[in-house]
Amino acid sequence: MVEFLEFTLQGISAGMIYAAIALSLVLIWRGTRVLNYSQGALAMLTSFIALEIEYRTGNYWFAFVGALISGLIIGGAVERLVTRQVINKPPLNAVIVTIGLLIGIEGLAGVFFGGNNRSFPTPFSPVGLSIGSVALGITRNDIFIAGAVLLAAGLLAVVFQYTSIGLRLRATAFNLPVARLLGVRVGGMLTLGWALAGLLGALAGMLVSPSTLLSPNSMDTIFVLGFTAAVIGGLESPGGAVVGGLILGIVLSYAGGYLGSEVVNLFGLAALLLVLMLRPTGLFSSAPARRV
Amino acid sequence: MNSSPDQIFIGAANRLAPWVRRTTGRRHVALAVAGAVVLGLASILLDQYRDYQMAEVAASAVAVAGLTVLIGLSGQISIGNGAFMAVGGYVAALLFMHLQWPLIAILVVSTLAAAAVGAIFGVAAARLRGPYLAGATLMLAVALPFFATRFSGLLGGDQGLGFFVTVPGFLGATFSPLRWQAWVNCGAALVAMVLLANLVRSRIGRSWRAVRDDEVAAALAGINVARMQILAFIISAAYAGLGGVLLAVVVGTVSPSLFTLSLSIQLLTAAVLGGLGSLSGAIWGSILLVIVPTYLTNVATSHGLTQATSSSIPILAYGLVLILVMLAFPRGIAGGISRLIGQAPLSDSESPTAPPTSWRRRSPAADRKEKGRT
Amino acid sequence: MIRSHPARMAAIAGLVVLSLAAAACSSSSSSGKPGGGGGGKTPLTASAPGITTSTITIGSHQPLTGIAAPGYDEIAPASNAYFQYVNAHGGIYGRKIVYKYLNDQYNPSITSTVVHQLILQDNVYAIFNGLGTPTHLAVAPFINSEKVPDVFVASGCECWNAPSTLPDTFGWQLDYVREGKILGNYIKEHFKGKKVGVFYQDDEFGQDGLKGLTYELPKSQIVSKQNYDPTNTKIGPQIAALKAAGAQIVVSFTVPAFTAIMKLTMLGLKFNPQLVVSDVGSDPITLAGLLASFAKNKTAGFGNSLTQGIITDAYLPSTGQTSNSWIQLFNKIHQQYLSKLPLDGNVLYGLSVGYTFVQAMFKAGRNPTRQDLIDAINGGIPQGVVVAPYAYSSTDHNGITGAYMAVVKNGALVPTGGVLVTDDTPTGAITADSTPQPDAPASGIPSP
Repeated sequence: MVEFLEFTLQGISAGMIYAAIALSLVLIWRGTRVLNYSQGALAMLTSFIALEIEYRTGNYWFAFVGALISGLIIGGAVERLVTRQVINKPPLNAVIVTIGLLIGIEGLAGVFFGGNNRSFPTPFSPVGLSIGSVALGITRNDIFIAGAVLLAAGLLAVVFQYTSIGLRLRATAFNLPVARLLGVRVGGMLTLGWALAGLLGALAGMLVSPSTLLSPNSMDTIFVLGFTAAVIGGLESPGGAVVGGLILGIVLSYAGGYLGSEVVNLFGLAALLLVLMLRPTGLFSSAPARRV
Repeated sequence: MNSSPDQIFIGAANRLAPWVRRTTGRRHVALAVAGAVVLGLASILLDQYRDYQMAEVAASAVAVAGLTVLIGLSGQISIGNGAFMAVGGYVAALLFMHLQWPLIAILVVSTLAAAAVGAIFGVAAARLRGPYLAGATLMLAVALPFFATRFSGLLGGDQGLGFFVTVPGFLGATFSPLRWQAWVNCGAALVAMVLLANLVRSRIGRSWRAVRDDEVAAALAGINVARMQILAFIISAAYAGLGGVLLAVVVGTVSPSLFTLSLSIQLLTAAVLGGLGSLSGAIWGSILLVIVPTYLTNVATSHGLTQATSSSIPILAYGLVLILVMLAFPRGIAGGISRLIGQAPLSDSESPTAPPTSWRRRSPAADRKEKGRT
Repeated sequence: MIRSHPARMAAIAGLVVLSLAAAACSSSSSSGKPGGGGGGKTPLTASAPGITTSTITIGSHQPLTGIAAPGYDEIAPASNAYFQYVNAHGGIYGRKIVYKYLNDQYNPSITSTVVHQLILQDNVYAIFNGLGTPTHLAVAPFINSEKVPDVFVASGCECWNAPSTLPDTFGWQLDYVREGKILGNYIKEHFKGKKVGVFYQDDEFGQDGLKGLTYELPKSQIVSKQNYDPTNTKIGPQIAALKAAGAQIVVSFTVPAFTAIMKLTMLGLKFNPQLVVSDVGSDPITLAGLLASFAKNKTAGFGNSLTQGIITDAYLPSTGQTSNSWIQLFNKIHQQYLSKLPLDGNVLYGLSVGYTFVQAMFKAGRNPTRQDLIDAINGGIPQGVVVAPYAYSSTDHNGITGAYMAVVKNGALVPTGGVLVTDDTPTGAITADSTPQPDAPASGIPSP
């Protein structure tokens, strides 16, 4: 029973990370119909920036804010300088450009920060909490991770639903030419969407790097699972991203704990196919299922 | 009328040798024979390392050709074709180890095995489109190593299985194994390409294009959309499988670390960079894939950049090359070349890079309008 | 434990001379060249591909970027640092070593490409210390078919010991089965009846290690075996399963990153078993780096406590043994040629395997063919920087045969016993090896 509880909590804590990556993918997908394969690499880069800040200042929260700001800036810059060039080109061109970015950013990080695994700080204690003598299997830091992702998702939802910027973002995502006709500065909105996604990715990097260690490739697997979570949830829906992340995190945790690590990815595939067979556009997608 | 996907080769052949134009099939065969002669000569004239690279390009080109047909003609996507390559490679290694079948039989049966796995997955994923199909195939590539570790007794686990193609006796004891591998791979690739070129020119190919351009219209015209899409998936899996066998011929082993997610992503990259839907594009993309990283590494090494940090410079440069090629040649290298040599632009309905229909939310018609406007 | 007895030293020196003479005879007869062996005055010739009158070019494939790069990307630069030292002090019979190591990103297909390039285009004399099991397995048959020496593979797989099918391939490091046996033997003796959990990497490293462990430990004592996939750092469920099984000892066959992640996960689960970690994943300096952010964490204040008390085995002298002549030599070379990198386990490994290669090259003679190097190693390499003898013979291509047990104290490795040697069979005994390790030569270069 304790084992089951531990597996579940481990799953939720991992799922929150997948949810954060999934959220950032959903944000970009809604805005620009681009699947950003460099999202994980961008998060890795901002985490390295944060680590440099932490070395220099010794203050985690400076580093934390620095990562988010650099995520915002890099995300926006990538849209302006790179992906905008392919926006009216065949859609797979954008995919290849983001794959090029993924490879390029990993190379860049290798050049500047070396290939080694780096230890990454946590803001709160990584020692497990317990009630009496029973260890819960989670730490203060796990609670911080869950809280930060939920807060970010909530803030996004509020911004999208209740602010004029959110309205313009949604209009751009819904129908770009119409939004332009209605006087929305579409270009700015696209940049803003990517910038916010960069910020979310940076958040995910800050949260996951202590447990994966940081290296140029450390976000690869996290990205794949975040992508899977986004697909499970339905790429249109921020709420779906969070739910998709949690489902995936918990399923993988049970699989790893009860059956062994080699089956983890197989269960990821099974969960994904199961969801997609029932709902070909994910759990929370508003788009109607296609008839064949 | 020049609407075959291997436009450039054929266009050139048209001008050079009008007599081969009688039927498409014959034309493709004639081209392949010419290709075989050129490759055979090249293999004899050049050194063994070029033989090795030719074999590498051939293996990749076959796998990329299957993918380029899937994406460019049927409008579906796969980021997991490395998984089907693994199926082909492992089946070949098993047949080689346990049954000692002749090479031809191994090539055919492993291709069919990959096609069968592709059929199963294709049926399961038939309703998926765009990024959802991308996600499902991506996870397929990630999940596959499970089988190698779970059934390590049969599949050799992490170490994998050996697969050594030996030079047949009639060529003599001194014949270079690398040259033989190049011949095997280029020969198999040429045969595969001729078959595929004929297929895309056939009624099936036309149906694929119809489905890609408008599923509803295609269905109204009596095409079984789902069946055509599953068929495309099977063909792409079969070609990936054959590519996997040929890769195993080059490398000499199959192991999980040979068929990683990054292999699948490289296939996609080569297909798009070469020019989607074009078989010559598949070859260009594969050449790029094989040559560029080696070239960049050699440049870096010759400048003394071998320390751990500077070994990342070729990686960085490769990423930039991908981006720049994509920006410079939006329709891939094949598209860029056909523009450079003044080939008539591809008609819209044949556009090899027309998007998978549901990749964007807007209809293809709206897409075209938007393109016209900007 | 690493003292030198004059009498034994003399005996060893005698053996070395004898084997050198034997190698000289065999090499000159096999190469058919006069004075192929130790003759002092023979002029230098371009005796083999990759060998000129002034250089010896060797090649390697290494994961300099990508998933396996962390830590392992230090090995080749470290070997190269030793070669630079040798080059600056007279080289090998006057020839300088040119070490060309190419990045294969730990991907067998790239390994195949770069090794074909090294042999066919760059004409290297030998492939040295190619890193990784799946990667090197993809190229070993080709290297052998080209009759290129494939020496001192950087992997503890038993597969390199195949003199009949891979006659030109030689392992070097302690193979994982021997290592598992030595760890199992220690647990059997020191933790009788305690519940043992195993945490291992799900590949040949972890599986072979587990196999060796079970050769020594009674089955009933192992209560849980959990594995991990090195691409997935979420190992919480597996550690929780070890905890649930009540493991009092956890033996881990992990790479350093996963030793660190395992330790962190255990903190989160409040699970504190005695750790017994394989040599691969126990280097205290690497671990300290990986845990640095937690060691200095103000709220937790772990300091050295995260690695304190980890039991492990080692086949090289520890960097903490500052009075050891080998460590003193390597410190000197490290400061001069490699000061950018920490002198950690990987750097020590690279320096040591470089030393072994120079030993073998001197033994191969003044104007060696490729076969001369293979014959030289088949004739046995005298024990140098490693604590146990090499197994090399024409029928055994394994490398190091034993290790000593040690414990991590205050961030350094402290030996707890003498050197133990064994074989890789289920029943092969584990015996104490009393042969003392020779001191490092004063010049830092093995004598011809």
